[in-house]
Amino acid sequence: MTTVLAVLSGGLLGPAILAVVAVVLPALIGRILGRLLRTALLLSLPIAISVLLVNLFFFPAGREILFQVGPITATAEGLGFALETLARIGAISGAITLFYLTTPPSELVLDLERRGVSPRIAFVALASVQTVPALVERAATITAAQRARGLDTEGSVWRRLRGVLPLAGPVLLGSITEVEERTMALEARGFTHPGRRTLLWWPADSARQRVARWLLVLAVPLLIVARALGWLGWLR
Amino acid sequence: MAALTLVLESLTYRYAGALRPSLHEVSLELREGEVLGLVGASEAGKTTICLVASGLAPRTVGGTLSGRLLLDGEDTAPLAMHDLAGRIGIAFASPATQLSGVAATVYEEVAFGPMNLGVPRSELIARTEEALSALRIESLADRDPAQLSGGQQQLVAIAGLLALRPAHLVLDEPTAQLDPAGTAMVAAALAGLAANGASILVAEQKTDLLAGICSRVAAIDAGRVVLDGPAVEVLADPRLTDLGVAPPAAVRLRRAAAEANLPAASLARLADAIAEVPPR
Repeated sequence: MTTVLAVLSGGLLGPAILAVVAVVLPALIGRILGRLLRTALLLSLPIAISVLLVNLFFFPAGREILFQVGPITATAEGLGFALETLARIGAISGAITLFYLTTPPSELVLDLERRGVSPRIAFVALASVQTVPALVERAATITAAQRARGLDTEGSVWRRLRGVLPLAGPVLLGSITEVEERTMALEARGFTHPGRRTLLWWPADSARQRVARWLLVLAVPLLIVARALGWLGWLR
Repeated sequence: MAALTLVLESLTYRYAGALRPSLHEVSLELREGEVLGLVGASEAGKTTICLVASGLAPRTVGGTLSGRLLLDGEDTAPLAMHDLAGRIGIAFASPATQLSGVAATVYEEVAFGPMNLGVPRSELIARTEEALSALRIESLADRDPAQLSGGQQQLVAIAGLLALRPAHLVLDEPTAQLDPAGTAMVAAALAGLAANGASILVAEQKTDLLAGICSRVAAIDAGRVVLDGPAVEVLADPRLTDLGVAPPAAVRLRRAAAEANLPAASLARLADAIAEVPPR
């Protein structure tokens, strides 16, 4: 929701206010501000650099020249647009990072299931996230095994590329076999049983959390109307 | 005599895409509270029998099956896999793939099966705690299943199976990755379940374990049942070695004594004493 609002609010001030209210403040309360800033920065830095350079030097409507680097000119309009975009990117990456740092995937899935999302969809979403570390571990094991048998995975790019094939095959085939066995185990444990599953527990949902969610939801149509009527000019 | 609960009647099974059947006219019967051991060399067909007996083949695995699988006298052919889930449970040799992969704790992992079946929450908790206690893994309840050792994961997988409270269990080399203590724990749990009336089909390479828990043993070779009888007789059958199965230590000791012309009476007593020692 913060992401949608960051796009809708426009300007420099809108996303900045949103980032403070919906990202920095909750992160401060949750005592994760340091981790959040580090992770959000890592997440957004590559795209932020590219947005800044492209807009600063190649903004089509740029007239007011700030400085020149060889044949390329940096413009004030380009800088303004880049800063607005960066404010949005900052708010969006902050919101995504806050979500990632505060919401364990298993809790998210349980909550979605409690709200009526199909257990199969919820399972697929969670299993996809949980499978990644297992896949990385399997790849590391196979790499170590292949190295022990003399496979060279270091050195020049060509050598590394040649080393990928003997690793990719076992990783891929092993994963397929694992999926097959896991499917059987799930079937045997009643995963395809029709009807509602019993939930062992579900994440707490406090009144404050509900109010915050509804405020964010209500802000969407309000911002759409305000923007359509041109009331958001002061945010620039 | 106890009632027949799990019957494999002239089952012939061929995997999808295979030219020849993997099982040929396999017939086995299990009575209430009976533990039937399956032995055989690698690729003899033990896992396939387990898949067919649990209903996974052909429902999930695919392939073609002829013959009948009867559960408590009922033909299972028209039943879906989820109908069988609460009645017959299966455990495989590889522990990691038996875990749901979505549970954050062992407690949730064990509860996964009954959760799927929609059992009431109070019963779900009772079943989960009972299953954890049966395998004495209560101390692992709050641990992340993915961070456990292979042996611990296998115990969790079996506990997840027990939480479904199936009347019939099919176990495909359930102790393959367990240490002696874990093997003994599983053996004790299986004996307890059988005493409560569960019928258990267990495929195992560890004949010492089978000697301790099985009332009957069947030997498989090339997809056919070649020996089927009381555990004491089958495990002592000289043909077992030709089938690629190592007899239990007690049997090997008796044979060695006989070959060396050692006093039979005292060695027989020693062999009996070894046979009574729980598997380690």
